[in-house]
Amino acid sequence: MNLVKVVLQGRSMLAVLGAAAVLLPVAVSAQSVAVTSFVEHPALDAIRDGVKEGLAKAGFTDAKGLKWQFQTAQGNSAIAAQIARKFVGDKPDVIVAISTPSAQAVVAATKSIPVVYAAVTDPVEAQLVPSMAPSGTNVTGVSDELALDKQIELIRKVVPEAKRVGMVYNPGEANSVVVVKRMRELLPKYGMSLVEASAPRSVDVGAAARSLIGKVDVIYTSTDNNVVSAYEALVKVGNDADIPLVASDTASVLRGAVAALGVDYHGLGLQAGAMVARILKGARPGDMPSETSSRLDLFVNQQAASKQGVTLSPALIKAAAKVVK
Amino acid sequence: MSLYTLWGALEIGLIFALVALGVLISFRILRFPDLTVDGSFPLGGAVAATLISAGYDPFLSTVAAAAAGALAGAITGWLNVRLKIMDLLASILMMIALYSINLRIMGKPNVPLISEPTVFSMLQPEAMADYVVRPLLLVALVVVVKFALDWFFSTQFGLAIRATGSNPRMARAQGVATGGMVLVGLAIANALCAFAGALFAQSQGGADISMGIGTIVIGLAAVIVGENILPSRRLAVMTMAAILGAVLYRFFVALALNADFIGLKAQDLNLITAVLVTVVLVIPLLKARFKSRRRKEAA
Repeated sequence: MNLVKVVLQGRSMLAVLGAAAVLLPVAVSAQSVAVTSFVEHPALDAIRDGVKEGLAKAGFTDAKGLKWQFQTAQGNSAIAAQIARKFVGDKPDVIVAISTPSAQAVVAATKSIPVVYAAVTDPVEAQLVPSMAPSGTNVTGVSDELALDKQIELIRKVVPEAKRVGMVYNPGEANSVVVVKRMRELLPKYGMSLVEASAPRSVDVGAAARSLIGKVDVIYTSTDNNVVSAYEALVKVGNDADIPLVASDTASVLRGAVAALGVDYHGLGLQAGAMVARILKGARPGDMPSETSSRLDLFVNQQAASKQGVTLSPALIKAAAKVVK
Repeated sequence: MSLYTLWGALEIGLIFALVALGVLISFRILRFPDLTVDGSFPLGGAVAATLISAGYDPFLSTVAAAAAGALAGAITGWLNVRLKIMDLLASILMMIALYSINLRIMGKPNVPLISEPTVFSMLQPEAMADYVVRPLLLVALVVVVKFALDWFFSTQFGLAIRATGSNPRMARAQGVATGGMVLVGLAIANALCAFAGALFAQSQGGADISMGIGTIVIGLAAVIVGENILPSRRLAVMTMAAILGAVLYRFFVALALNADFIGLKAQDLNLITAVLVTVVLVIPLLKARFKSRRRKEAA
């Protein structure tokens, strides 16, 4: 046997091995889903649990062989990048990426494994998908964008005479900046104006809210992480200075906001979970349009209303899914 | 652990090796506790991502990012040398200021680069997988940077910077303008960090305002882990050690990410990483004890 033959044989053996390596994972893989989020907090955790429940509803459970793995980046971009690499290496059937930084790291790491994003306010701006229509790529998901017209309607129902709307937000949070920018454009159409106060850290929330006293008729907040984690500071200012607070997550109403028309994060997770299930059953992510939240819940707090100097209309109370007395 | 995970750890480790080299210059060579790094790393990402998405050449954008970092470092030095602000405080001030400056540069907290050209995509050969090419390119780059630094710190000028760090009074007596040396040293250190930030943004799909959090901690951990593996006072070995430390740290994180088989959960990640780093730091101590005990037994 001459050398060329040996080399050739070696090559064909390599080819066989290579083919086996490609075929094997497909042959043996049970359904596997890898989930990552940038940090752990109640809304993101609710999405994660919703995804798992959504999958269970579609018949994918641990008992039936679903391989589920969850990793959080603990707020660190470098770890988010490493989690993305690990997931791509594990070759799950679907990767679920919760929050903008995690989704970007995953989408930058794979062009082939299906990715379902969640809790991204503007997926187009984040370059995850070219538009909300079917992307034709490996990426689809659920945006947690709130229809701001509905939010402004709620503000007007709570404080009918409001002209100046204050917003406290973290200028370092992509999702909040998107909301503030759109509110700045939208409010003038309703004859109202926006007054901004920035809180780069959660300890700044109280001071930012105090800076709005006398300048605003109502304070509206998005699901800003800093604001939500220090919402009590905002409530104190609202109660002391008679400024009604309108939030956009229902949990804040229980903590002292007058009203909120909020995305149901658990429902958002269910929606994402249903999308994952469709992909596991053979649908292609590129054929699926990006979705927005289909369910909003209205919560009102009568106790907070009286403390912050407003009276809620009977119609609003009747429309609420939950009334805190 | 998959091959993909390992290449990924190597890639991110090499990017952070540049940060470690920067930290080595400020903390070890200049003996200046410089926290500017937490701001200059995202500064590099911000400048590069903003310029690239505005249509500028990725290479030019990366160079501009490093230049911005150098400026940030020089300002920290200036605050300390000219305005006599304590070193640690000067760097903290600059770090805080950079948070706002980075937001200004980007105009928003997140500038994606997923559908833009990057230095990696431009150097990407058709026939090779991108997750292999990026670490290979970075190996070459880090080696070049290492030798450049080794050379620089053996020149008259570089030696003056080292003298400023180890004995400023003696350096001044020898006619070294120590104030200027602090400025230049910090400029180089932060240029390296911003350079790393620019590369990180380009390999990870974009710059985010939160990407700087904890950079200094990782950089310092890398330097110290490196010193434990390769203890030496020779500069060429110290730079090598910093690089090894940074890469090793990332392998620890990768290992921790794959620790689910022993019942550990996602939220344990930082704890596992800390334990692994502690183990590395303790090994030399254990070795020394083991040796001395054997010697006693032999005697």
